Amino acid sequence: MIRFENITKELGGKKVLDDISFEVDAGETVVIVGLSGAGKSVTLKHMIRLMSPDSGEVFIDGESITMQAQAGLRRMRKKFGVLFQGAALLQWMSVRENVALPLREHTALAESDILRRVDDKLELLGLGDAGEKFPADISGGMQKRVGLARAIIMDPKIVLYDEPTSGLDPVTSRRIDRLIVNMREQLGITSVVVTHDLHSALSIGSRIMMLHDGRIVENATPEEFIRSQDATVQSFLESQYITKKGKWENTGHE
Amino acid sequence: MTDYFTYPAVSAQRLGERILQLFGHAGRALFMLLEATYFIRYAGSKRNRHDVALQLYITGIKSLAVITVVALFTGMILALQTGLTLRDYGQEVYIGSAVAITMIREMGPFMTGLIIAASVGSAIAAQIGTMAVSEEIAALEVMSINPYRFLVMPRLVALTVMMPVLTVYTNVLGILGGAVVGTTQLGVSVPAYMDNATEFATNKDLYVGLFKAYIFGIIITTVACHQGFITRDGAVGVGRATRRAVIISFLVILVVGYMITRLFYL
Repeated sequence: MIRFENITKELGGKKVLDDISFEVDAGETVVIVGLSGAGKSVTLKHMIRLMSPDSGEVFIDGESITMQAQAGLRRMRKKFGVLFQGAALLQWMSVRENVALPLREHTALAESDILRRVDDKLELLGLGDAGEKFPADISGGMQKRVGLARAIIMDPKIVLYDEPTSGLDPVTSRRIDRLIVNMREQLGITSVVVTHDLHSALSIGSRIMMLHDGRIVENATPEEFIRSQDATVQSFLESQYITKKGKWENTGHE
Repeated sequence: MTDYFTYPAVSAQRLGERILQLFGHAGRALFMLLEATYFIRYAGSKRNRHDVALQLYITGIKSLAVITVVALFTGMILALQTGLTLRDYGQEVYIGSAVAITMIREMGPFMTGLIIAASVGSAIAAQIGTMAVSEEIAALEVMSINPYRFLVMPRLVALTVMMPVLTVYTNVLGILGGAVVGTTQLGVSVPAYMDNATEFATNKDLYVGLFKAYIFGIIITTVACHQGFITRDGAVGVGRATRRAVIISFLVILVVGYMITRLFYL
């Protein structure tokens, strides 16, 4: 469904992505993890061509998004929904207007149908009574859920999540995790999640890919990932107190 | 010694890079303006008319208070300064034409341009800049919503429509302000002031003034929106974009205002 072929990207004289290739199959939830500056968000931005590679190509459903003209790019982007790190809601619009925006822009639906579909999505994400509120009046967790509602309002095949749990408390983070799992189970959506939160990655991912210094150092199922022999992966796991058995390791008494 | 000789080369290289950067920005701003102009045909469509109406309201109605004060006092100052000089020659009756011609030809569009650049232009740069740093522009692109159509076009319509309208308002209030000073401070009667004000001002003065206002509207929109779109580095970047939008708009308005005057009156 998504295929990266030998993507290289240099930013500020540093190779952020160094000849990386991988595939995401339909129905998968691939979680990209890594340290800050490892190239996770840059990878995500290449999928929707918010960034273009210096070399290599990105294919969506076998079609290159890298080489598309504007009309083709717009068509291909409609396959995606994106939840941005800060939710990226338009501040002067209410929650309902934010979620309705793609429908108003791209469909000829009657206003009553638009509102019904918006309210259905808000209900699905537990935001039934927040429709008239403005982004500034709701919590960070609610903003992320509104961002997710907007991302899925056009029923995309693929949803990209950029740091969906960053800045949220643990309870809200797990709630967002469950929503991501629900997106796959209930709607069959293919997901790519960028995060540095390994606990989240292990609970939602069908595959975990770790980037380090612009290269893929591991690309495996959660079970295989925590048993990886790669030193960078092991160090990353240890930094979040995760043992090879996939359990918390309390180092407080050592 | 070697370093000493490399400095001019480094400076020349940096200067060259800056000039290229400047041309790059100007090219991108022009491209944005052309694309937004193309989308004006959809200004009345269902999905755009609300935004266009909102921008017309923000630019027109919300700027009225400050424009009223500035226009009145501009006319009053003009009347006082020219009136005092004319009185020395016993010609104070001519303050009507002096104020009217100065307001209609130059001060009306110029003062309106400065006020709109400082109030509306800065707000546009700050809003779009904030959207750029908080990924809202990227979100629009991903939703296949053209940011130039969604954000620039309504502002372009609002400023190009409202600038001439507000300039007429500034002219009228400026001339009235001059009348107040003329009658209360210089002993010129209202009918004499008005007769004189309408006698010498020509249609050409009015049209050139309105043309300037229209061009100033395009300049303010282009500069402010472009500065917003290229904003980086969070809150600091938004502040920088806002400051630049106002300064660049002022400078371009001055230069272009002079060029239009030279084109039509020399």
